[in-house]
Amino acid sequence: MNRTQPLVLGIESSCDETGVGVVRGTTLLANTVSSSMDEHVRFGGVIPEIASRAHLDAFVPTLEQALAEAGATLDDVDAIAVTSGPGLAGALMVGVCAAKALAVATGKPLYAINHLVAHVGVGLLDDRATGKQQALPESLGALLVSGGHTEILRINSITSDVELLGSTIDDAAGEAYDKVARILGLGYPGGPAIDRVARTGNPKAIRFPRGLSQPKYMGTSDEPGKHRYDWSFSGLKTAVARCVEQFEARGEDIPVADIAAAFQEAVVDVISSKAVLACREHGIKDVLLGGGVAANSRLRELTGQRCASAGIRLHVPPLDLCTDNGAMVAALGAQLVMAGAEPSGIGFAPDSSMPVTSVSLQA
Amino acid sequence: MLILAIDTSAVASAALVSDDALEGVVANFSTEDTRSHAEVLAPGIAGMLADAGLAGGDIDALVVGVGPGPFTGLRSGIATARTLAFVWGKPLHGLMSLDAIALEVAESTAAAPEFLVVTDARRKEVYWARYSLAEGQLPVLEDGPHVGFAADLPDLPAYGAGAGLYADALRADPDFAGEQPDALYLGQFALARLASGAGLLDSTPLYLRESDAQVPGPRKRAL
Ligand SMILES: [Zn+2]
Repeated sequence: MNRTQPLVLGIESSCDETGVGVVRGTTLLANTVSSSMDEHVRFGGVIPEIASRAHLDAFVPTLEQALAEAGATLDDVDAIAVTSGPGLAGALMVGVCAAKALAVATGKPLYAINHLVAHVGVGLLDDRATGKQQALPESLGALLVSGGHTEILRINSITSDVELLGSTIDDAAGEAYDKVARILGLGYPGGPAIDRVARTGNPKAIRFPRGLSQPKYMGTSDEPGKHRYDWSFSGLKTAVARCVEQFEARGEDIPVADIAAAFQEAVVDVISSKAVLACREHGIKDVLLGGGVAANSRLRELTGQRCASAGIRLHVPPLDLCTDNGAMVAALGAQLVMAGAEPSGIGFAPDSSMPVTSVSLQA
Repeated sequence: MLILAIDTSAVASAALVSDDALEGVVANFSTEDTRSHAEVLAPGIAGMLADAGLAGGDIDALVVGVGPGPFTGLRSGIATARTLAFVWGKPLHGLMSLDAIALEVAESTAAAPEFLVVTDARRKEVYWARYSLAEGQLPVLEDGPHVGFAADLPDLPAYGAGAGLYADALRADPDFAGEQPDALYLGQFALARLASGAGLLDSTPLYLRESDAQVPGPRKRAL
C-alpha cells in the first residue's frame, strides 16, 4: 500500500446524504453527494427508512460519478474508508455493506471511520484556492453543529486521540431548527428558512431560555458542573411553541420574524458561549467549525466574534465540505493510512453511537 | 455457468452454484440469526470464494433475493450484490426470496400441488405467497408476495418459519416450521430458470410496506 500519498475512496451514509469522495494524500480529487433531502420535506425532518432506501439506490451511481470526476479507477485506489458511526443505524448499514463489498471485490484494505472525527478531517485537505497544504494546529478544537449532532471536541491527534468535551443531551441544534421552523410554518430544512426570516426580526423582542446554563449545571472552572460544556435544545423548542400559543390565545398576529430571530439568538448564543468556554479552559487556540449548521450566518458571526475576543482562531472550511460528504471520510482515511494505522477488516458492525474516542475501528 | 447467490431477507446466506457441479453446489453458508448481516455477509462471501479458489472474474452472474423481508437486513444483501456486480462487471438478477423455500418444498417429499410459503414479517404479520406445483416442474408463483395476518391466509399447506410461528392459524408443515429463504435454493432456482429461458427480476427490493413516516398534520392552534 502507498502510505505516503495514498489514493483513498471515502463513503458516507450516516444520515440523508450518500457521499463518495476521492482524496490523494491531502488533495481532494472528487466529492460527489446525492441527497435525499427533497424526499423528507413533506415530513419536516429526516425519515430514517426513506434515507436508507435512497442510499441503496444512490450508492453505485454516486460511486461511478466520483471515480469519473477523480479520473481514477478502483485499481488505482490504495484504501477504502467508510463511516461506521455515529449515525442512523439503517442508513449506516447500506454504506458499510457496500464498502465491504468493494473491499471484497477489489481486495483493497478497508477503514471503518468515525463520522464526527471525519468532519475535522476536511481541515487537512489542501486549500482549494491556493493548493497549499494545511497542517492542523497543535491544540485544536472542533465545533460540530448539524441536524444530527452538536459537539465540541478536542483533537490531540486526529488519527489516535480525540476527546469529547461536550455535546447535546437531547436534540441536535439542526433538529431544533427543523422543529421550530415547523411550528412557525417556515418549511424544511429549518436552518436556512429561520436564518433568512430572522434577518428581518428583532432578536431581543423575546428572551428564550439557554439550556443547561444555570449554575448547577455549569459549576466553576475548578469544579465544573456535570453539563458545563453540554447543550440542551428540547426546552427551547417547547418555549417557542408556548410563545406561539400565547399569541394565538390572545388573538394576536404571530411575530414570526421576531420569534425566529430570538430563537436563533438563543441557539447561537449558547452554542458559541459554551464552545468558547470549553476552548478557553482547555487551552485550545484554534477551532474548526463543521456540520451543516456552519452555513448559518449568525452562528458564524457570533462564534467568530467571541473566538476573536478570546484570542481563538476560527476556521470554517468551504460549505460543501462542512455538510456530510464522502471527501471528509476519504480525508480522514488518508490520514490513517499515512499514520500507519491498520485497516479495520470486513467483520465489523456499524455502530450508531460510535464514540469519538474511537477514530477508526480496529480489526 | 457459475452464479453467486445472496439472500438476506431473513438470515444471511450466500452460495456459489454451477450447472457443472454435483447437485449444482460449489459452496454455501448461512447464519442462524437474523440480525448480524452486516458483520457476517462480506467475510462469508470472501471465505467462500477463497476456499473454492475462485475470484470475481470466474463468476458469470449474481443473483440476489429481493425480499420481502425486514428492510435493513434485506438492503444489506442487495447493497452487497449491487456493489460486487458493479466492480466485477457482471450481470445482476433478482429473485423473490420466498421462491427459495418454494423450491426446497418442491424437492422434498412433503410437496403438495398447491401450497403457501410464509416467513416472519414482524409486527405480528407474515410475508406470504401461493405456489402451484406440477410433477417434475419448478414451482409456479400464483399469488403474492403479500404482507398480512396469518389468520387471513388461504387454507393451504404452509411452509416456512412464518408458518411455524403461527402454527395455530396455519396448516404448518412441521418439517419446514423453521425454514428461512436460503441463497443456495435461490441460486439453484435461478440456474433452472435461466436454463429454461425464463426471465428473472431486477434487484429492486420488494418492501411491500411503506416507510412508517407520517406527514405531520397542521399544528393545533391554541384557543
Ligand atoms: Zn455530520
